[in-house]
Amino acid sequence: MTGTVTTSATAARLDALRAQVRPALVGYLPVGYPDVERSVEAVTTMVDAGVDVVEIGVPYSDPVMDGPVIQEAAEAALRGGARVRDVLRVVEAVAERSGGQVPALVMSYYNPVLRYGVAAFARDLAAAGGAGMITPDLIPDEGDAWNAAADEHGLDKVYLVAPSSTPERLRLTAKASRGFVYAASTMGVTGARASVGRRAEQLVADTRAAGASHVCVGLGVSTGDQAAEVGRYADGVIVGSAFVRTLLGDEPWSDRLAALAEVTRDLADGVARARTGGGDA
Amino acid sequence: MPEQSDQPVRDALTETLADQDAGRLADVHGPYFGEFGGRYVPEALIAALDELEAEFRKAQQDPGFAADLSRLHREYTGRPSPLTEVPRFAEHAGGDAVRVFLKREDLNHTGSHKINNVLGQALLVKRMGKSRVIAETGAGQHGVATATAAALMGLECVVYMGEEDTRRQALNVARMELLGATVVPVALGTRTLKDAINEALRDWVTNVDSTHYLLGTVTGPHPFPEMVREFHRIIGTEAREQVLERVGRLPDAVAACVGGGSNALGIFNAFLDDDGVALYGFEAGGEGIESGRHAARFSGGAPGVLHGARSYLLQDDDGQTRPSHSVSAGLDYPSVGPAHSWLHDIGRATYEPVTDDEAMEAFRLLCRTEGIIPAIESAHALAGVLRVGRRMADAGLRDQVILVNLSGRGDKDVATAARWFGLLHEEPATEGDQ
Repeated sequence: MTGTVTTSATAARLDALRAQVRPALVGYLPVGYPDVERSVEAVTTMVDAGVDVVEIGVPYSDPVMDGPVIQEAAEAALRGGARVRDVLRVVEAVAERSGGQVPALVMSYYNPVLRYGVAAFARDLAAAGGAGMITPDLIPDEGDAWNAAADEHGLDKVYLVAPSSTPERLRLTAKASRGFVYAASTMGVTGARASVGRRAEQLVADTRAAGASHVCVGLGVSTGDQAAEVGRYADGVIVGSAFVRTLLGDEPWSDRLAALAEVTRDLADGVARARTGGGDA
Repeated sequence: MPEQSDQPVRDALTETLADQDAGRLADVHGPYFGEFGGRYVPEALIAALDELEAEFRKAQQDPGFAADLSRLHREYTGRPSPLTEVPRFAEHAGGDAVRVFLKREDLNHTGSHKINNVLGQALLVKRMGKSRVIAETGAGQHGVATATAAALMGLECVVYMGEEDTRRQALNVARMELLGATVVPVALGTRTLKDAINEALRDWVTNVDSTHYLLGTVTGPHPFPEMVREFHRIIGTEAREQVLERVGRLPDAVAACVGGGSNALGIFNAFLDDDGVALYGFEAGGEGIESGRHAARFSGGAPGVLHGARSYLLQDDDGQTRPSHSVSAGLDYPSVGPAHSWLHDIGRATYEPVTDDEAMEAFRLLCRTEGIIPAIESAHALAGVLRVGRRMADAGLRDQVILVNLSGRGDKDVATAARWFGLLHEEPATEGDQ
């Protein structure tokens, strides 16, 4: 089903990749880890190494959807003085670096955006060249202010669905979303897992049946093989903790960036072979 | 008093309102209390919240559920809890102008009001066919109550507790373990109640099929604020009857401490629609509002979203939660139940901070004048009553009646109090909790 709004930067990107018979690699990194400057470097490194869509996380004091890896980075970013407005700098850097080719979405828990001012945040995000926002603790039922602001500024509204979502809620969420619907592959928090939940494929099918034109899958993907498997049926494969983990630790920063680029290439290779019939079980 | 000729009209109006279940502040339903409340949680939890609400609504209509709960209140908890007049304490709260009555929730099994909510939710857990409960705890009172109900009903129980709080309340950790619960110290963030809630929410998202999150106060996503209020409604219902019987009229003021706000809402609720009854909630003022080290959401916070609800919140300019501070672990929480934010904004209840010093003085005063050792949480309400009573006396009021919810007993706080007042004669503890 085609949506009511046709001006989604992210959906356009997903459609272009679909024409190349491959899903998108969607990469997450938080702003401010290990500091704002270096988080810009990390995100642009990820872009250069092959992510198709970027998610930039706003560090938050109470990240209930995140596992230990992202929690650690967020805590360190906050200790280092990262501010909500810094996310806009990273958004600008992605837009510049990719010549507008790579959509940059902000991923934020709701309170930092509420405190900034929902309308003001939408305005500033659009001005910085951002594509939209993913809202892990905002459901469409509570989304009136954000929906109005996003509509006014032509921003994507990426809501989540989960294996526990009822058909009625899948319809509600598909209708409220623009850009794509974020399907949580499993019941749980962010972080690498040995295997991606079996329920993910069914959830993507159900979400499409509920009216979503684009569905990306996140939670638990950390390897190229997992990306290839998920990429068979999803429009995009979302990876977070596996990227963040390459940046933690005490190794020289250049080594950490190199490790980030390597993981990115492995995952990009995974999505590239997802639909060629070669890489999946 | 209404004139005689108005009476039939008023009766008809009352009936209409009752029929519509509208107009009474005491019966406001979730998800919203004014502009507060809601469900700001990951979508993954919505199905469980819907299931919980449906089961709760069914139980509310089921006389069998009410009978089960009522039997547990009577035979297990020891309800009704007594009402105790405390004249020697009241002498310090406005002299002979004021009578003070304590609603003795400290005498409940497990030592606080928390058991009321826990038994209600545990019955719902059985009805939903779940086998595991998780809970957060600050002071340990809710954790102990949850571990107790889990033992009683044969449920697996995991309690998340900030590492800082496991040190402050070591005795309650042992108590929970004796009752068969697993206590998980949370070493993330500020290592207190809010971080314990974060960890409980992560567990819940992961294990929601088998697990119920037995939330301990009137915060969190809908239906928790309404449901927990309903399970504590009995405090106010009993107290209202007891005061009417004892003094022949309603109290002039009702006071309670407010952390998340469940004991306060439990006793306020029976008086919300009595305009003549002033309602006072006392928050933890910690080392004083100006120090920045406090848990006074109404004096030092602003509306925001935390742990599933929109409410007043301690936060910085970026919406990051600011750490709270209180000598009392049970009040050491940066947000407050959405119903309190609503009562604050519509002016129906007054919220004031009480400092650590004031609370500890009131704690000692009740011990010495009445032979009752209160929880430090409840001592905040007692300190507030000293203030309110003196104000009443200063204003020339006479025959004032103040009802206070004595929400918990102080056994768990003896070590803290002994250190505070310098009563320990061993070498001083290196890690203080002040």
